[in-house]
Amino acid sequence: MRAARNGAQRRGVSLALDILQDVAFTVGGVILLFLVWHTWFNDIVAGSAQNQASHQLAQEWSAPAPSATPTETSGTPTPRPSVDPTQIPVLGSHSDGEAFATLIVPRFGTDYERVIAEGIDPETVLNSSATGVGHYPESAALGEIGNFAVAAHRTTFGAPFAEIEKLRLGDHIYIETPDGWYVYSYRNTAYVWPADVNVLNPVPTTSLEAGQRLLTMTSCHPELSSAERIIAYSVFDYFAPRELGVPAEIQHLREGTA
Amino acid sequence: MYRLLWRALPGNLWAKIAQTTGLLLVAVTALFLWVFPWFVATFMTTNVTVN
Repeated sequence: MRAARNGAQRRGVSLALDILQDVAFTVGGVILLFLVWHTWFNDIVAGSAQNQASHQLAQEWSAPAPSATPTETSGTPTPRPSVDPTQIPVLGSHSDGEAFATLIVPRFGTDYERVIAEGIDPETVLNSSATGVGHYPESAALGEIGNFAVAAHRTTFGAPFAEIEKLRLGDHIYIETPDGWYVYSYRNTAYVWPADVNVLNPVPTTSLEAGQRLLTMTSCHPELSSAERIIAYSVFDYFAPRELGVPAEIQHLREGTA
Repeated sequence: MYRLLWRALPGNLWAKIAQTTGLLLVAVTALFLWVFPWFVATFMTTNVTVN
């Protein structure tokens, strides 16, 4: 009787250990898979989808391919359009989540481009595979004197600003709209606390002058943390109207579309 | 748990291996496409904005 009871107890313990072992094995496997997904798979899939969405949007804006000028096809730089403040279009307001521009940063990769949408809502803009970069509604409109500020993830959800720390002085940042390309030159980076909304001011830092068109890019810092924010400041360089063709540096992205 | 599942799978060794591989693929696909995105969106989204 006692032997039978002991045997049943041993079987029960053995079964419990078996289940515990399987559960531990499963949890370990899921954690490993999550790390693979989080650090590699998700960014590739979402980033690719965001890139594709941006490319499609640009295609929609493109007029039927005009005949390229000899200087454009020879690979030499397109003449830099003169800066005439009266000819820089100012984009009007947009509804929340509306895609209105694309962001092209050669430093982030030769094929890099992302959609800029209105608002910084995580669900509809920042985490979306169709957008990825969000414009702070309280900041200046594109083309307006002041600070055009955008936010994007540095890790996960396509990580549009994964390479933000690699920007170098003078790097060009292009913002494409149906009218053409707003070209900014990267100036400097700052690290601030999450509540430092001064970075959205028309003149966010003393190192920048008033009365300029600025581009401010914000993301989390350090990577995989939201303890701080990394802020990249750029100043407006020139506007390239679509009629003059695609700026030489990013011509490869728009071959056959503009 | 896994032992019981292995025993419950029909067929010879190779058939069991093929079925196990299929089940693993289904599980990984479900995790990658639905479970992990939901988990991150719900519990792990890092804030990238200043506010």
